Amino acid sequence: MFFSDEFEARFADMLTHYPTRRSTLVPTLLYAQDEIGYLSDEVVAELAQRLDLNELEVRNVISYYSMLVTKPRGKYNIQVCTNIACMLKGGEELLDHCKHKLGIGHKETTPDGEFSLEEVECIGACSWAPAIQVNYDFHENLTVQKMDEVLDDYKKKGGEIL
Amino acid sequence: MASLVSHPDEIRVVTKRFGQGATDLDRYLALDGYQAIQKALAMTPDDIITLVKNSGLRGRGGAGFNTGMKWSFVPKQSAKPKYVLCNGDESEPGTCKDRLIFEHDPHSVIEGVMIAALAVGSHTGYIYIRGEYRYLSVIMQRALKDAYARGFLGKNIFGSGYDLDIYWHGGAGAYEVGEESALMESLEGKRGIPRIRPPFPAVVGLWGGPTVINNAETLASVPPIILGGPDWYANLGTPKNGGTRMFCLSGHLNRPGVYELPMGYNLKKMIYEVGGGIPGGRALKAVVPGGSSTPILLADEIDVAMDFDSLAKAGSMLGSGGVVVLDDTTCMVKFALRTIKFYQHESCGWCIPCREGTDWLKKTLTRFHAGAGMKKDIDNIYYLAENMLGKTFCPLGDAAAMPTMAFVKKFRKEFEDHLDGKPCPFEKAAEPVMV
Repeated sequence: MFFSDEFEARFADMLTHYPTRRSTLVPTLLYAQDEIGYLSDEVVAELAQRLDLNELEVRNVISYYSMLVTKPRGKYNIQVCTNIACMLKGGEELLDHCKHKLGIGHKETTPDGEFSLEEVECIGACSWAPAIQVNYDFHENLTVQKMDEVLDDYKKKGGEIL
Repeated sequence: MASLVSHPDEIRVVTKRFGQGATDLDRYLALDGYQAIQKALAMTPDDIITLVKNSGLRGRGGAGFNTGMKWSFVPKQSAKPKYVLCNGDESEPGTCKDRLIFEHDPHSVIEGVMIAALAVGSHTGYIYIRGEYRYLSVIMQRALKDAYARGFLGKNIFGSGYDLDIYWHGGAGAYEVGEESALMESLEGKRGIPRIRPPFPAVVGLWGGPTVINNAETLASVPPIILGGPDWYANLGTPKNGGTRMFCLSGHLNRPGVYELPMGYNLKKMIYEVGGGIPGGRALKAVVPGGSSTPILLADEIDVAMDFDSLAKAGSMLGSGGVVVLDDTTCMVKFALRTIKFYQHESCGWCIPCREGTDWLKKTLTRFHAGAGMKKDIDNIYYLAENMLGKTFCPLGDAAAMPTMAFVKKFRKEFEDHLDGKPCPFEKAAEPVMV
């Protein structure tokens, strides 16, 4: 109904991978979120119905996984890792810098809906710390200056249609 | 895309195709790809298991259990289907190796899953990749599609009469799912809450069927072992610790990166020669040897062989190969706080000692580091951690407790320096090291 053809093709394919329909739930939730922006009531109802689950069961799963959200957020979600390896290389300073520059805090969104900010746990970039992810894209070996460039690039991109 | 490094002491077994375009199936085939599976198809399952057992390959996820031994626990006869599950939910802080394998050599993981499936008599495998690694999931989906297109997967693989399907699966952000029973729950579409054991996954796993769960690096090590033989592989490492392993060097180092070194490589040499030593000529303070859950080693404890048994003897663990190096500007109370903040965030709350323990540790350490610590807090921190040990369904409780106890034991003086409203002694001295 409201998902792309690519989503539908992947979903149909995944249903053939497992002995139970429910097994598709976690990756499907993430792909649905990528298309709609967040897991809205409509998305939850739709996926529950498709997978023979009740909505509470779906919400129960959503609340466990840190990447899944039930409220809208910015077009670009800036995820700054401050876990040990990044912390040693200035991850916390990067986070503070982003807070000031964007004027928002952890899990907040700029008024224009362009950026969200999130302090995240280890993203698997320890040897290239400090690192961030913007949506799914990694940016590594950062400094405050490089961070500015990254943010400016996305700001410029923001005007364009994704 | 993460950058690659190299050092003359490296022995490239798992990483030998890195940077050579091996995500492309033809390129993988040109570099000995899918040779091992064809050799394995001519062997009996017992022979495969014996070979892997004798190679001394031990689980690269952190527990270090003998892989062939793990496979041998799967019952020969089973009314329910058997499964092989590759654990690519890499998320132990300090660890970034599986990411490189998926990025540069996805077919080696597929081939490893195939051989494991043959060994235990399974016809279905899954490769679980953490949600944050979306670009790797894309690479893996393409690799699987290519393997199916050539008839390497599906019905009658390589004309052997053996049917084998392998699928990808994605997570959505959860450290705990890296624990094998939580991983199965997640794959079944549930919250990643651990299961009680026994029964172990080898007997009752995915959808109730016997299941072998191995780390991505472990499985990628299997094809070269089949081709090179158990003696060759075992002799690369130290006794009972076969082969090589990918060490992820991070923290205060001149040349951080992921290096594949023989098992048993000296940690001091790893830091000063491979990793290029500490920037600015600063002094080494401590090293986390195998990911954030492993007890920290002091500067005078680093003359140690990096294998499972030597690290255990040194009071720590080889873990997942994440070596985090700390120079003398690091505040250990802050480091302990950041470590525990992670485990508090990731605790699922299923087991009360872990849920309450990590939360109280975080609260106490936060207050303590802010300068409102009391002398009795120091023993309380140790006591809280000690009381989580061995009291939870999955090892997350232990993973939080073990490093915390080591921080208190080895850096008590530094905790004491924070007492009585003093600010953190490192706050002024510590300029963020930006490289």
